[in-house]
Amino acid sequence: MAGIAFPIVENPHAWYEFPFIPGLEENAKIIFFHVPTAWLTVVAFLVSTVYSFKYLRKKNLDDDAKAYSSAQLGMVFCVLATVTGAVWAKFAWGSFWSWDPRQTSIFALLLIYGALFALRSSIESEDKRATLSAVYSLIAFVTVPFFIFIMPRIMKGLHPGSADDTNAGPVVNFKMNSSMLLIFFLSLIGFTILYFWMWRLSYKSIIYRDKLDKKLIRG
Amino acid sequence: MKSKSYSLFLKDYHSELRTRYAINSLAMFIIVAISIIMFAVGQEKVSESLTGGLFWVVIFFTAMSGLSRAFVSEEERGTALTLQLLSAPSTVFSGKLIFNIILVFCMNTIIALLYSALFETFIIRNFSLFILSFVLGNLGLAISSTIIAAIIAKAGAKGTLYPVLSFPILLPLILTSVQLTLFALDGTSIEQAKYELAIVVSYDVIMLTVSYLLFDFIWKD
Repeated sequence: MAGIAFPIVENPHAWYEFPFIPGLEENAKIIFFHVPTAWLTVVAFLVSTVYSFKYLRKKNLDDDAKAYSSAQLGMVFCVLATVTGAVWAKFAWGSFWSWDPRQTSIFALLLIYGALFALRSSIESEDKRATLSAVYSLIAFVTVPFFIFIMPRIMKGLHPGSADDTNAGPVVNFKMNSSMLLIFFLSLIGFTILYFWMWRLSYKSIIYRDKLDKKLIRG
Repeated sequence: MKSKSYSLFLKDYHSELRTRYAINSLAMFIIVAISIIMFAVGQEKVSESLTGGLFWVVIFFTAMSGLSRAFVSEEERGTALTLQLLSAPSTVFSGKLIFNIILVFCMNTIIALLYSALFETFIIRNFSLFILSFVLGNLGLAISSTIIAAIIAKAGAKGTLYPVLSFPILLPLILTSVQLTLFALDGTSIEQAKYELAIVVSYDVIMLTVSYLLFDFIWKD
């Protein structure tokens, strides 16, 4: 790599520079998985809510399929974010779980996703299921700002950006060098693309399955 | 519209007085829940911060045991369709909301009285802050549990699903209310608790608006 790059770039050694974030040391590398999964948990929930809203306006069952598959993916990313966060917390803060405001909010999101699936599985009728789960996800969505924006700023916490944080602000802007930032944003973009690709596959398969079922019933 | 929702409330009130189902089961539930806590505590001396939390544990579970009645009873008796024909969705929601607010206030007043009688450490040092947070917390609890009750009534499984759906929605309210109750027990001034009070007020306003906007979709089949 350096051999190829050497003639072109002035200082190829800068590519290898990968300093530790002070206070986190080698643990910091998990940030490239933890932050994108947490970000996608919220994005998936947002997409799910947007399509729930669309369903309530147009009553098109395809929108419900999109909302549902996005919620499914959101649940997967939510579990991943919780697990990677807990592992990181064990090494950085000493315990797997300490009810830091952000841990509380990801736990609440996990509960919201769980409740949504419990609600969906309890209703037989297609239209009713779509309507009620859309309404529930909209109600749940308005509580999200409380968890994400208000709680961490009022309660004392361990994550960057908490009320008693003296380092001022997220790690991303202040303590990463350029090669770390590059990998961080590549990972963020990569995970986001992965999410949209999986979401497309998932909702298309749901829509096709429903169409096939209707065809089989009609004969 | 105001008089219509009031007459809807009167209807619920009279049918409740006839059977006294919600009142009786709620009263018994409060006694059962508090006695379980008393047995679990035993001879231990409960710290002040723990009683504040336990106070909201009892409130949450009592609310979950009784507040879904408002809509579930309409579906059980098969009167939901008649109600749909007779009045606008927002009227129905207002009527049910008034009923649940009164139920929540009665229930939580009893719980607060029992707590201050039974737990030595449950001493309210800042009474006005306690009343303020109590009223705001009760309103939020009534609003959220009424709209979730409407969803539950339309869904199949009624019993176990109710606390599952309500808990994540109520979590911001409960967390802040526990904090406010602790402040009231500590004797913190209202000025120092203004952020927490602002959160509860905004929660109440947001949930009320969203409930009125979304109730139409739940109510119309």
